[in-house]
Amino acid sequence: METTDFEPKIVAFLCNWCTYTGADLAGTSRIQYPPNVRIIRLMCSGSVDPTYVLKALLDGADGVLIGGCHPGDCHYQSGNYKARRRIIALKEILKQSGLEEDRVWLRWISASEGQRFADTVTQMTEFLKEKGPNPMRREWAV
Amino acid sequence: MQARIPVEGNDVLAAVRGFLRRLLEEKVVDGVLVLMETPSGSVIPALVADTALLDAADPLAPVMGLNAARVVGPVSIREPRGRVAAVLRPCEYRALIELVKLQQASLEDLVTVVVDCPGAYTVPDYGAVRADGGVDRAALLEAVQRGELAPQDVYALRDGCQMCEKPHAEGGDIQVELFGADLSAGIPISLPDELGKRLGLDAAEADDRRAEVVEKLVAARTKVRDERFAEIRGRLEKEGVEGVFAACVRCHNCMTTCPICYCKTCLFKSPIFEHEPIQYMNWAQRKGAYRLPADTVLFHLTRLNHMVLSCIGCGVCTDACPADLPVARVFRAVGHEVQAVFEYVPGRDVEEPLPLITFREDEWSEVGEER
Repeated sequence: METTDFEPKIVAFLCNWCTYTGADLAGTSRIQYPPNVRIIRLMCSGSVDPTYVLKALLDGADGVLIGGCHPGDCHYQSGNYKARRRIIALKEILKQSGLEEDRVWLRWISASEGQRFADTVTQMTEFLKEKGPNPMRREWAV
Repeated sequence: MQARIPVEGNDVLAAVRGFLRRLLEEKVVDGVLVLMETPSGSVIPALVADTALLDAADPLAPVMGLNAARVVGPVSIREPRGRVAAVLRPCEYRALIELVKLQQASLEDLVTVVVDCPGAYTVPDYGAVRADGGVDRAALLEAVQRGELAPQDVYALRDGCQMCEKPHAEGGDIQVELFGADLSAGIPISLPDELGKRLGLDAAEADDRRAEVVEKLVAARTKVRDERFAEIRGRLEKEGVEGVFAACVRCHNCMTTCPICYCKTCLFKSPIFEHEPIQYMNWAQRKGAYRLPADTVLFHLTRLNHMVLSCIGCGVCTDACPADLPVARVFRAVGHEVQAVFEYVPGRDVEEPLPLITFREDEWSEVGEER
């Protein structure tokens, strides 16, 4: 497979309080990570409707990253616990529907984990390069 | 208590009507929500307040045009309201339980009468059956007693009914237990003691064949269900979800008839999906072509995410589809697995919280922590 010049596009939905701030820390700390991620800031991982993830995937995003606070650290007490269940359900639905659930990653990354954010984006980019482009990108009948 | 509704001259329907009439006469309720035959011969639910009109009640009519839980919501949701006895199929009762959890219906002032269900025809097929001389009620009840599906030699039952593995009355205030019963000796029912006394019913032995007959019926239906699951999973794998739903015209009929899809401000009826004209051209240029109407697969996948944990498998979505898509087969097959992940059985218990509004701190602790 021609993966050499394939640059995956990752849409990331990050919570305002932890993961987005963690991404900001990665930037201000000058930590290098691949430019393949497009970040969308939300107030909470619990506010990620599965539709956002699905729309990105069906329109050809190669991966979707959902980032939130570690369990117990949610700014809104329980948003990330609810996000966890919702994403587990979403991934099972994708799998049962014959879609690639491994393109959806959920990661807890705190505001102080700039390095973890950079590592996560690096890992995900490498994983998706290996996996290849999202077939939905060329699928007109979706 | 276990009791029997007395049956005279083998007229089971008259006996059931009589029982409903007693509920009104004894002022147990102010109205009965039950399937009624209109003068034109259609069968639709109605809220009946006048006992005389119960002559047109047909709770055993083998036709299902909608899931009646949808209409229990509006008559029960808030005070002031009448006390209502709702006669429901088991799938309708299960849908009602989910709607109560979704705060779209209330069990207050409601008496649920759940009736063993031998299956139903679609509205068009029921019309054809009637045009052919009507439903053979005797054959239907005989099949029920033996624990078999309703006769399907000419017209097949609804797809949802054929694969329904929960056709027996479970839960609710009153269960009408037709399966396995010798109905000439009275219709076995199970109801609260106080209500039984109020209606002047004597305690009677339960029919001991019921358990055996239900077991046989459930096994037969489960077999059909699993065959359909295997077939649709094969298609999803081979054609993809976009292939299975390719002919979708996004009419939203599945959503409109779905008893669980209650949102008055559904995302898919919102301006979010009224894209700018140039946006379509951008998509077409990016993909080479862009199917229209847009967002059909997104619609079905979103609906799966929003309601499949509560999908009770009534199958009205399939009946409502103008493109004859196997909506219920997909939703049931996917739902079966997703519900298993959360060990959730929709409609089982009104106290059991919806999986997506609850959580435990100590569950799935490995998720999100990967390094």
